[in-house]
Amino acid sequence: MFDPIKEVNEQLGKLRETAETKGIDLSREMRHLEAKLHRLEKDIYGNIKPWDRVQLARNPKRPTTLDYIAQLFPDFIELHGDRHGYDDAAIIAGLATLDGTPVTIIGHQRGRNTKENMHRNFGMPHPEGYRKALRFMKQAEKFNRPVITFIDTKGAYPGKAAEERGQSEAIARNLFEMATLKVPIISIVIGEGGSGGALGIGVCDRLLMLENSTYSVISPEGAAALLWKDAKLAERAAETMKITAQDLLNLGIVDEVVTEVFGGAHIDVSLQSSLLKPVLAQHMMELRGRTQNELLQGRAAKYHQIGTIGS
Amino acid sequence: MNEGEAMTAFFKRPKRYMPLRQREPKIDAPQGLMTKCPSCKYMHYTKQLNENHKVCDCGYHFPLSADERIRMLVDDQSFEKFAGPLVKENPLNFPDYEDKLEKDRERTGIEEAIVCGRATIDGLSVVVCVMDARFRMGSMGAYVGEAIASAVRTATKERLPVVLFTASGGARMQEGMVSLMQMANTSIALKQHDEAGLLYVAYLTHPTTGGVSASFAMLGDVNVAEPGALIGFAGRRIIEQTIREKLPDNFQTAEFLLEAGQLDAVVHREQMRSFLKKMIELHGGEVHHV
Ligand SMILES: [Zn+2]
Repeated sequence: MFDPIKEVNEQLGKLRETAETKGIDLSREMRHLEAKLHRLEKDIYGNIKPWDRVQLARNPKRPTTLDYIAQLFPDFIELHGDRHGYDDAAIIAGLATLDGTPVTIIGHQRGRNTKENMHRNFGMPHPEGYRKALRFMKQAEKFNRPVITFIDTKGAYPGKAAEERGQSEAIARNLFEMATLKVPIISIVIGEGGSGGALGIGVCDRLLMLENSTYSVISPEGAAALLWKDAKLAERAAETMKITAQDLLNLGIVDEVVTEVFGGAHIDVSLQSSLLKPVLAQHMMELRGRTQNELLQGRAAKYHQIGTIGS
Repeated sequence: MNEGEAMTAFFKRPKRYMPLRQREPKIDAPQGLMTKCPSCKYMHYTKQLNENHKVCDCGYHFPLSADERIRMLVDDQSFEKFAGPLVKENPLNFPDYEDKLEKDRERTGIEEAIVCGRATIDGLSVVVCVMDARFRMGSMGAYVGEAIASAVRTATKERLPVVLFTASGGARMQEGMVSLMQMANTSIALKQHDEAGLLYVAYLTHPTTGGVSASFAMLGDVNVAEPGALIGFAGRRIIEQTIREKLPDNFQTAEFLLEAGQLDAVVHREQMRSFLKKMIELHGGEVHHV
């Protein structure tokens, strides 16, 4: 079966390979193809339902934070620990460069198989994970390094010990500190953005979302059970709750939707990264041009305008 | 796994899980001549109970409406209510949501799940915000979030301390992500207040869960709670399902959190006013003669 999107994708891949191996600048041609790809996808996939995107966001093969880091930040150095006795593997952190500028990278980390998921606690952080993230944010602030966070979690871990050790406080503290962190913060939702556990590393100047990722205050199943007493109405809840990238763009919560590879990001993580990179770089460039005051006022205004009228 | 689910879990919690000293999740003000204590079953004369800060001899703290709380706390005639914020009433165009809001408005006589204003406590000026769990279970949407953020900004401008009484099941489901973003909106306003060197006391009452517990409820310079209040991020049922273990009866009570180092104090309602007065004094509060 002829698949025009796949074809353009392949052309893009070849171009990128040529550009890399031969060291020639083909970015204009590539941008052209990307635009074409985007148009095609809009035509063909314009009818994709929110519930389909929920499935894509939950696809076990969907690239994780470390998969994107490998593509976007080949010089990434992972750093560990909350300095209070714990290193939460559901949150990863480290340093890298973006176009030659040092950045701090923080992200939720799911496992790619059962064994990894046991280690990573399915990407659901304990309070220590949020405190680890906070340590790296404060360090970034000290060295005037922008922060990039990857959001990919079903939520903060709902466990007994997590409650005892202050899951609420740990998340709240991060919101509080990110509120006026004196460096640019860009957050990218790459899979599922699950409520407070996502926001705990997601107060930012720019919120980007991959096209098939979701961000919600409750899972569609949870919403259906709560609102209509029937978890089977999850599909309807996925629409009503407005959890897709496009819905959240319309609500003024997301700043830009990053186009995904046809069929989903997992089809080609390298191509997906090349679609993400220019968007990320563009936003970073804009934010780095701001004074500290402009940055913090902009951040406050961003959240203030979400629910209010005419402010 | 989300706060919303936590809320479901709490409000739909089966009775067999109910801790001994835990109240029923019933939040209507006592009506009529007699009022029964849901904890010890004692029948109170409502009038007497009201004179006793609505606290039973067994220690059970009856829920208060925002108006009752304010009357109990601040100097007579000192409360100047802030105008409600201008917010999108139904940002997701959620079916039937406006009707639900309208019904709660009629039932409770308040505009939304929070009342904010300026007042004095023994002459000490303070900005007071009080959530009211009778309205949509005290859940936080754009109105609640922006009312808090706006009240806190006023306090920053006027260099006043803030006391915020929480009573909330968490996020307002019908406002979806607009609700979640209020956690950031309120935290930003509180951080600016903090950086101005001003006092914020978070006063947690029953229940304080989900997104509210994971934002402004935990951000006070001093975080205190009423005895027996349920406070937590995730709901009991969700946690029990996740860890496949039965939780102790006192799990997520104010006393449990105090022991776990998550609260500064548990304060009996009789001491509420004197405690807050002392806190404000200790942080440089001044008497403004009217
Ligand atoms: Zn009693």
